[in-house]
Parts: sequence; structure tokens; C-alpha cells
Amino acid sequence: MSLDMIVNWMQATLRWSVPLILVSTGEVFAERSGVINMGIEGIMLSGALCGIAVSFFTGGVFMAVLVTMALGAMMGLAVAFLTVSRRTNQVVTGLMINMLAMGGTNLLFALLSESRRTRVATFPVLFPQSMHNIPIIGPILFKQPISTWVALILPILSGIVLYKTTWGLNVRAVGDNPQSAATVGLSVIKIKYQTVVLSGIFAALGGCVLTLGEVGYFASGGMTAGRGFIVLAAVVVGGWDPFKTALACLVFGAADAAQLRFQAMGSVIPYQFLQMLPYLVTVIALTIMVEHSRVPKTWGAAYDRRDV
Amino acid sequence: MQDITKRFPGVLANDRISLECKKGEVLGLLGENGAGKTTLMNILYGLHQPDSGRIYVDGEEVRITSPSKAIHYGIGMVHQHFKLVDTLTVLENIILGIPSKKLLLDLAPARKYLLKLCEEYELFVDPDAEVGRLPVGQQQWVEILKALYRNVQILVFDEPTSVLTPAESDQLCRAIRRLTAEGRSIVFISHKLREVMEITDRVTIIRDGKFIGTIPTREATQLKLAQMMVGRPVSIVRKPRPALEEKKPVLVMKDVNVSDDRGVPALKNFNLIVNAGEILGVAGVDGNGQRELAECVVGLRKPASGTIHVRDRQITDVVADPSFVGFIPEDRQKTGLVLDFSVSENLIIKEYDKQPYIKNGVLKYPVIKKHARSMIEKYNLKTPSGEVKVRNLSGGNQQKVVIARELNLGPVLDIASQPTRGLDMGAVSNVHDTLLSERNRGAAVLFISAELQEVMALSDRIIVLFRGEIMGDIDGETADVSTIGQMMLGHPLEVGI
Repeated sequence: MSLDMIVNWMQATLRWSVPLILVSTGEVFAERSGVINMGIEGIMLSGALCGIAVSFFTGGVFMAVLVTMALGAMMGLAVAFLTVSRRTNQVVTGLMINMLAMGGTNLLFALLSESRRTRVATFPVLFPQSMHNIPIIGPILFKQPISTWVALILPILSGIVLYKTTWGLNVRAVGDNPQSAATVGLSVIKIKYQTVVLSGIFAALGGCVLTLGEVGYFASGGMTAGRGFIVLAAVVVGGWDPFKTALACLVFGAADAAQLRFQAMGSVIPYQFLQMLPYLVTVIALTIMVEHSRVPKTWGAAYDRRDV
Repeated sequence: MQDITKRFPGVLANDRISLECKKGEVLGLLGENGAGKTTLMNILYGLHQPDSGRIYVDGEEVRITSPSKAIHYGIGMVHQHFKLVDTLTVLENIILGIPSKKLLLDLAPARKYLLKLCEEYELFVDPDAEVGRLPVGQQQWVEILKALYRNVQILVFDEPTSVLTPAESDQLCRAIRRLTAEGRSIVFISHKLREVMEITDRVTIIRDGKFIGTIPTREATQLKLAQMMVGRPVSIVRKPRPALEEKKPVLVMKDVNVSDDRGVPALKNFNLIVNAGEILGVAGVDGNGQRELAECVVGLRKPASGTIHVRDRQITDVVADPSFVGFIPEDRQKTGLVLDFSVSENLIIKEYDKQPYIKNGVLKYPVIKKHARSMIEKYNLKTPSGEVKVRNLSGGNQQKVVIARELNLGPVLDIASQPTRGLDMGAVSNVHDTLLSERNRGAAVLFISAELQEVMALSDRIIVLFRGEIMGDIDGETADVSTIGQMMLGHPLEVGI
């Protein structure tokens, strides 16, 4: 294996991990407050289409990001309304959102079919051309679009928010013991709404990065290919810690990038098996890690403020 | 608080209750389990809304719609089941929910103030310890410090001493005196007469959700308070009974060895015979093999060696036949009942697969409901109907459901494991009457209890367990407290004395 290939692989690893890390950032907060937003797969998918469509019609990447975040917030709000206010089952609600998004994006994309062939404006690259040619770190880091840099800084930021701010403390308390949070005067419902909306925003953003990060097109019929679900696994594997979760996302990204390279190398292993690799890594990581992590105590449970 | 009324589905929890707590005094709130003490205090703390009634703080009428309102009016509460976040540190728990203008947590001044409070009230805790790892006594201090940190003027303690050791209880008393000396007011909820007598200035008594009266503690006696609380004279006396006719062994245990959940021997070479028509009381400090004894007799726990016979049948498997062995387990909520099933379902849960409750694999609900109605009448169950979830019944009535199911078919052997634990006095005497009538019917009764008084009041014969061995086997009629007490501490009964 040549150095080139390794550099190439690492570059791809980052590319595949960035959307996962973005999505996981929001999901960590939602799950820390007790709500499993299983709809992130669907929200991601919607974000992917929204980003590309807005970018196509307005030509502005910045505009695309704003609109996508607004859409994510709306979808997060819907999930929050159902799971927090109406106390619906979080798994079923998530699946419903995912189905809805799958059908919805396919339909809308068919209607917008003129954009099918066109590539649209993508995220800008921060560093000047000259830096791209620095050996090894040039292509791995400096050639990456702005979204990658955001994703690299984000886990540190969200770690500070979760562990060092008042709001972060509130979120952790709400997920572990909502009754106790309520008795000190916090609004459990409000905090859960905030985190779930946040998870919606980041999920949509992650989808948007998937399309606008580099490739600049949307593929009908499940562009996200279960990445939202991989994020759900990454959050568990990462023990609901922003930083470890981001690491887990990197591992999954690396597996994804590796399988594509293996395929390209024309290995004797059937390509279907290689495609399975990231998901296999997920399952194995889950079985190994789950014992060691501490689940938020009311993870996935509905909260009724009348229970005291 | 004036004329507070609160209705829950099917129960009137508080019926026009009034109470008044003056500045700098300790007001006791006394009542049996389920009398409505906690509900009343939850209303004061904004966790429930009253259906009617008014609340005044410092002479002004207030509406307390949420805990944050309560905190705003200077009301704090130390809940019976602590409201602490186990995974957070002491300091984090204490500052949780305090509005802060700063974005980042500002722990240094909070820590300083907390340490000062610890010092002042002699309630020492490590601010950086994770709350879940602290002993319960210290968790209680955290709850108190949490309220003090918010500078509350009225502090409610809900059964605070139930989790404390005697030394810790003394420490709590000292802290309470210091608080009242500063002019703060304390509401002290309890059903333990002794501590109410010790610590309070006045006592308000409620019974069945109704206000009974408020009296200065100086003018009260334990007996008077007990009568106000229960509504009739109380005392456990030995109950009269017909003599035992002939000894016919029902339960025979021979050289039984059994281990507990950790694999430590719980019963060692255990031999026991219980005869028909007698109550065999098993006394002893909790955790000396009582639980394992009950479990291995009903087949829930397999002995490592030895044999257990009930009549002619050897127990090798779980006995789930209430016409043969009736089993009242020590934890009725976890083992005895399915709390989210209805009363009628719980009543047939051991026979649901038998005639007449089932036909061709389909449950016959009309029959099941009819059975429930007759059981409700026969066992005097207080429930709106048979379709109410067992969870919503009081402890005493939950126990009646277990008893109705286990004893209705007239088993040859009854096992009652701590059957009165957590029940109020009325329900206790109900259980006692039931067990006695079982004995008079001719059943063998294995009665396990950590309450020495009731073992002595009820048993024909008493054995004392200590570390899985029988310290002595004495006649119930002539037993005396000091002999049994010695055996409970591990001194075997010396034969011939």
C-alpha cells in the first residue's frame, strides 16, 4: 500500500466522518436530556435535499445552510412535540419521521428533476491553493472544505457546553432525573424541546454537508444510506460524550472509506461484503462498548410532569 | 394552609385540611401511611395543585403553581425519596436550577458558600463527590444543604429519619434546632411517635385525609397521639385461640442447606417441622436467612442439599398452586403483585390457565370479574372496582389482594413473609386476624417477621434465626422478650434452663 493511498484514505475518512460528527453533536444533547431522536436519519435526508435545492435555485451556499437549519429546527420541533408533549414512543416516532422523509424527498426530487444532472455550488475551501500541496497534511487537512473544520472544532465546543455551562448541567440533570430537575424549578419540557430542536438542526446540517461538502449532487432513493442510524450507534458507543462520540464517528467514517478503497482495488472479497464493513464495525463496537458506558437514566422514557 | 382539598381518581387524599406553622417552630405532621401527609406537602411545594383551599405565607395569600414558585416564597422540601441526580456531584446538585446570568458555570463561589453552610450546620459532605456514591445519610445532608443554599424560611422534612442511623438522627435534630433558632420554620412529617414527641413544638394529626387536630407537644402523650392517629385504642396483645388438637406435620424440612444470591450459605443443616393448626413464628434480625427459608419452601430457591416435604409431596419445583401452598412474599409490590394489572387480574394470576377462568385459550372476563367482586366483598377490599390497577391501592389493600389470592382456596400450608411490613396499624391487625383464622381452620402457618412484638402476639411456637441456624424453639404462650432477644443476638437457647 503506497503513501498516496493512505493519504487518500485518510482524506476520505474525514470526508465521510464530517456529516456523522455534525449529526452526532445534536443527538448527544437530545439523548443526554432523555430523548432519543431516532428521526435524525430522515431529517438528515431532508437536509441533504434542502441544501442542494436552495443552493441550486439561489446559487448561495450560505443561504442553503440557513434554510437547511431552519428546516431541521422545524422537524426537530415536530419530533419534540410528539415525543415530549404528546409522549409518543420515541422509536416509533423516529421511524415515522424517517419514512416520511424518505418518501417526501424522493417525490420532491422527482419534481425538481432539472437539478438532477447539474452540480451546484459547494462549500468553500478555507486555505489557499499553495497549502494544498504540503505533503501529507496538505491534502488531508488544508484541502478540506470549511465544513470539515467546523466538524473538527465542534466536539470540543459541545464538550464545553455540556460540562461547563449552566445549560449543560440542566440538560444532564434532566436526562438522569427529570423529577429532581423539576423540583428545583427547572422546566423539564422546555429543556427537552431545546435539545431535540438542536438535534434536528444538526441532523439537517449533517445532511446538507453530505451533498454540499464536495460532491454537489443528490442521489434519489436514500442518499444517507442509514448514516443517521450509524450516528445513533456512535452516540451509544461514545458513551454520550461529545468527544468520544466524535471519535466513534471517525472510526465508522474510516471503515466506510476503507471499504470503498478495497472495492476499487478489486479484491477477491465480494463487494457486497465490503459494503457491509461500516455496519459490521458498528455492531461489533456496540457489543463491546455498551457495557462500559453509563446510559442517561431516563434514556428513551417519556416524562410526565404529574409523576412526583 | 387552609381547607386544602385534593382529589385523585377514586380517592379523596386531602379533605379540607388546615395547618399552621409559626415562625421558628417545629410543627409535626403525624398520620398513618396513606393518610395524605405527603400529598398535602406536595401541594405546599407546588408539585400538586389543590382542588380547593388557600395557602398563606407571612400572612399573604399565595398561589404555588410550581416548585420554582415555592422556592420563590422561601419554601424548601426534603423529599422522602431524595430528588437528587445520582450522576452529578454534590456541588452540581446544589446549584442545579439556580438562575445564573453567566453562561459558564461559576463553581468557585458556590463551593465556598456550600462549605460555609456545611460548617455552620455541622452537615459535612464532600462537594466533589458523586451523589450516587454517597451513603444515604449524606444524601440527606445534600438535600438539606440544597434547601439552605436557597435560603428557605420554611423547610419540610418528609419522613427524614427513615433512612438515618441513630447517630445521624441526632445530628439531624441538632441541625433542626439550629434552624429554628434562626427563626426558620420546620414541618416535620412522620409516623414515628417517639421522634415527633422529641423534636416538635406542636403536632397536627391527620387521618384518612381528614384533619383531626393540632395540639402542643407538651400536652401530648404517645398514647394520645397514637389514638388520634389511628382513631381507636391500640395495642398488640396475644390473641386468644382454641387449643391445638393433635400434631400432624405439614411442612418437614430435613438437613436443608441453601445459599443466598451471593452464594453465601443462608440456611445451614436446617431442620424444621410445622404442624397443622399452628402458627410457627420465625423471629430474628432481618437478613439471617428468613427470605431464603420462605423461598426454598415454595420452590423458588433450590437447596444445595436436604429435602423439603409439604404433606407427602417433595418440593423440587416452584409451587404455584394456591390450593396447596399459600405464599405471601415479603415484597408484595415486586414479587406479590403486578402493579399495572387490575385487581381482578392479580386475583387470578396463579390460576388464569385453569377452569373456570379460561376456555379454549381465551380468558373468560365475565367469570374473572365476578370472582373479583366476590373477593372484594369477602376480604373487605377497599377499591372503587375490580378493574382498578393494583398500583393505585393503598399498601394495606394491596396486601389484601395478595391474601385473597393466596389463601382463598384453603391451602394446607401458609407462608407469610413479613406480611405487615410498611402497613399501618389497622391493616396490620387485619393481617393478624386473617393468619389466626387460617390457623384455626387447620392450616400450618409459617409466619416470618422481624417485628418481635407481632411474632410473640401471634405464634404458637417461636423459632429464632441467627445466621441461618435455629437458636431455639420455644412455646409462644410462655415466651418472653429477653430470652428471644438473647437468641436474636446469637446466643443459643440452653436446654434445661
